[in-house]
Amino acid sequence: MAAVTYDHVVKRYTADVTVVKDLNVDIKDKEFMVLVGPSGCGKSTALRMLAGLESITEGQIRIGDRVVNNVAAKDRDIAMVFQSYALYPHMSVYDNMAFPLQMQHMKKDEMDRRVKNASKILGLDPFLKRKPRALSGGQRQRVALGRAIVRSPKVFLLDEPLSNLDAKLRGQTRIELQKLHRELETTFIYVTHDQVEAMTMGDRIAIMNAGILQQVGTPGDVYDHPANLFVAGFIGTPTMNFVPVTTSDSTAKASGFEAKLPKSVPAGKGTLGFRPEALTDRQSADGSNLQMKVDVVERLGSDQYLYGQVGSDQVTARVDPRMKVAPGDTAQLGLDTRSIHLFDAESEVAFF
Amino acid sequence: MDFSVLLQDIPTLLVVIIGVPAILAAYIVGGEFLVRRLPDKNRPQVRPWIWVGPALILVAGYLLLPAIGTIGQSFENNAGNWVGFNNYASQFADFPQGGAWVAIRNNVIFWLIFYTIFTLAFGLVLAVLFDRVRYESVVKSLIFMPMAISSVALGIIWIFMYQYSPTGESQVGTLNAIITFFHHDPVVWLQDQWPSDKFNLLNNLALIGAATWGITGFSMVILSAALKGIPGELLEAARVDGAGELTVFRRVIFPLMMPTIVVVGTTLVIFALKAFDVVYVMTGGNYNTDVLAFRMYEQLYTAGNSGHASAVAVILLIAVIPVLIFNLRQFRAVEARR
Amino acid sequence: MTVAAAAQPTTVAARFSPGWITQLLQRYMLHVVVIGLTVAWMLPTIGLLVSSFRPFALTKTSGWWTALSPLEFTLQNYTDVLDQSNLGQAFFNSFMVSVPATVIPVTIGAFAAYAFAWMKFPARNWIFLALVGLLAVPLQLTFVPVLSFYVNTLHWTTSNLENIGIPGLPWVPLWLAHAGYGLPFSIYLLANFFRALPSDLFESAEIDGAGTLTVFFRIILPLSVPALASLVIFQFLWVWNDLLVALIYVGGAPEVAPLTVNLADLTTSLGQGSNLLTSAAFFSMVVPLIVFLSLQRYFVRGILAGSVKG
Ligand SMILES: Nc1ncnc2c1ncn2[C@@H]1O[C@H](COP(=O)(O)OP(=O)(O)OP(=O)(O)O)[C@@H](O)[C@H]1O
Ligand SMILES: [Mg+2]
Repeated sequence: MAAVTYDHVVKRYTADVTVVKDLNVDIKDKEFMVLVGPSGCGKSTALRMLAGLESITEGQIRIGDRVVNNVAAKDRDIAMVFQSYALYPHMSVYDNMAFPLQMQHMKKDEMDRRVKNASKILGLDPFLKRKPRALSGGQRQRVALGRAIVRSPKVFLLDEPLSNLDAKLRGQTRIELQKLHRELETTFIYVTHDQVEAMTMGDRIAIMNAGILQQVGTPGDVYDHPANLFVAGFIGTPTMNFVPVTTSDSTAKASGFEAKLPKSVPAGKGTLGFRPEALTDRQSADGSNLQMKVDVVERLGSDQYLYGQVGSDQVTARVDPRMKVAPGDTAQLGLDTRSIHLFDAESEVAFF
Repeated sequence: MDFSVLLQDIPTLLVVIIGVPAILAAYIVGGEFLVRRLPDKNRPQVRPWIWVGPALILVAGYLLLPAIGTIGQSFENNAGNWVGFNNYASQFADFPQGGAWVAIRNNVIFWLIFYTIFTLAFGLVLAVLFDRVRYESVVKSLIFMPMAISSVALGIIWIFMYQYSPTGESQVGTLNAIITFFHHDPVVWLQDQWPSDKFNLLNNLALIGAATWGITGFSMVILSAALKGIPGELLEAARVDGAGELTVFRRVIFPLMMPTIVVVGTTLVIFALKAFDVVYVMTGGNYNTDVLAFRMYEQLYTAGNSGHASAVAVILLIAVIPVLIFNLRQFRAVEARR
Repeated sequence: MTVAAAAQPTTVAARFSPGWITQLLQRYMLHVVVIGLTVAWMLPTIGLLVSSFRPFALTKTSGWWTALSPLEFTLQNYTDVLDQSNLGQAFFNSFMVSVPATVIPVTIGAFAAYAFAWMKFPARNWIFLALVGLLAVPLQLTFVPVLSFYVNTLHWTTSNLENIGIPGLPWVPLWLAHAGYGLPFSIYLLANFFRALPSDLFESAEIDGAGTLTVFFRIILPLSVPALASLVIFQFLWVWNDLLVALIYVGGAPEVAPLTVNLADLTTSLGQGSNLLTSAAFFSMVVPLIVFLSLQRYFVRGILAGSVKG
């Protein structure tokens, strides 16, 4: 049980290949922190530096108060669950879980107690004698978790542990992992490229892109107040609508409509962002209304998605399923300006 | 057999069987123990050399350095004096019957071409035929079996196959018995008493045939694995397109197996150039069946001329070099794809 | 393209016109050819086997295929071979040579392969490339200097080594030679195998606190049993069946020479006229055939791994 700090951490492979750039994150004790970002953005590298599998080029990583830059992986008191699970194929489930304890020369009975305990928590009791080959994907995944649990480490590291599971099992395991986190009361650091996983599991989320940390915050935070265009586009499905606008005082003028801004901003160019659910079939009181030429209508029962043109911009709307629209219609929609975002055209940083 | 000698020696065998692995294990555990005493920083620098060290020493000591030494000695006489290219000159003297010419011809033409082609062709035919029967694994093992026996035993087996008795006498050699059964004259397989055979093709082919018999299992097994690696859908697609079995083989199977055929072929070329045992056992290099490896051995032991022996070995190396370069290229290409 | 298109109608027609009778014939044809070829392939071995059980006088006058008509078999050839030549000693020597000459290169090769696959050191890739090159170098190229070094510098002659009296010592030159010659292949095969093991396993073990030795003995070796097994069989058969290296390093010294040397002596000294030849040949095949038949699966796997690169 410990906090983890990344302090100006840099990972450079060669002079011109910098994979992690000046990473600063404070992960609190017992927190469930999710590191999310597109493939290749450096999240695994960030995690592996913490695990001691990669060297740290610059900066410091601390576990608790201890600087671990030069501490061997085995002495960092962490446990890691790999995407492939990394189970030893020639050892039984029991031996797989006991292996880290044997390496610590732990007494037989204590070892046995811990393995049994972990296998009870994870429901692995019936499989202890089996080899990993004879387990389903979900069971293997739990063995990998079990191998981490038995060590009672200070920090749990998980690198895309669910990506080899099918959709249904992934949903279940997500819930189980959260339960496990509550039971163990340990710091979890969880890497994924799936923003749904990030949103549903994390106490806080750290979003990375191209080696640079974009934003850290609670799921609500990053959803409602994205710090920049990248975060806004990365979080949420379907993705946020972006339309180029020219701003003057507190109105933003797009190609097909005008929106009232909640705050006044300097005149200039920008990108207006609004999520599909910010559009409704009711007219907006402040006059931020728009007409959408509907191309495609998707009815999902609880929701209805409209895809179409507003002026020269492509826009998606999520509206009441009872609204009657057909492709080719022109839909009258109102924009809820309380939940719109404006980004600087140059820096892509959010004004609000 | 004197079994008492054997029983007396059993303890020696046990000491060796237990002792050798124990020494090897002690080495690596001890080495690792010493590495751990080193400062953290130096460990990754020292450790790899502990692990590769013994292998590198043995390979350097038994292959690399001696090979270089041989090249050096090929320019010296027995007394160790520099003689320039004299050793080579005597190998290349008196074309076509003198020096090493016969051995070179047999190796670089007869063995290289016939051994390689026969082995590949037999291997391919057997692999394709066996692929279609359900008792494939049984017949494959039977064809493969000669791989397990020594070339010496193989030589003896074929000495009996090739046995010759003069016309009129009863033939005890299998091949001549078959030939005389069809009312032909028996053939002198291994000696060169065949008047119309100016180039000694027949007895060399007889040796090559014996060696081919032994190695075909090797090429069959690899080619058969490659054959099984061709997706069945591809063959079905070709058949649906209206190709007959022969066309399927020629246009689909054969091109797809080409890379494997090349790999097996290069291995066989090396085997062909290194040929020794069969010649040693079956003809002793007589009747113009000499090969370079045997000639080298003879120059070293019978003639006691290490300069000549070295020169022959270097000629052998030169013959292998194209294959060696090909292998290296192949390897780097595979590495680049990794 | 056009050729194939033109050929199309005729092949389809040819396939349908003769009906099921040809199909049946064709099917039996295949079996006849397959079984015929296999029997033909075994004929030389069968011939020798039958001859080895026939009275010597008979083999001089009639072929082995006539063995059934004057049904006469004997064990004489086998008892003679065991009595007359020092085959027992040679058999023992073959074990003394083959076992360590297999253990040493496989073990040392596994050490080296581990380093090549999973450790970083200067010139690693170049050294490995050199090993690939050495795979093709003929052994003949190495004999002259090695021999003179042994005899003239180290005084490692068979009799000298025997006088020292440490068990196994006279065979040591042969072990080391076989190890040196076998190592490039052994390293090549194992390094490729080790490299293909998932790196996650090693990283996981590292976090769990396993050191280099633990990773090697408890993870790599158990996972590589198939590769190791095939290599062991390969090397064992190669050494057991080897004649050349044995001739070079121990020559004819009967107290050290293995079976192959003994057998080759029989052929060259006694010629084809000997009744011992057939039985001795079979005697020498017993061990390799047992090894081969019982472990064939691994043997094949090793051949495939070593030859089909990449
Ligand atoms: N040894 C290396 N040398 C050079 N570049 C490397 C090396 N290892 C990784 N990289 C690069 O570092 C970048 C980040 O890799 P990393 O594995 O951290 O990505 P990731 O965010 O985990 O992606 P994914 O979601 O696909 O797992 C990648 O662009 C990768 O190509
Ligand atoms: Mg990753």
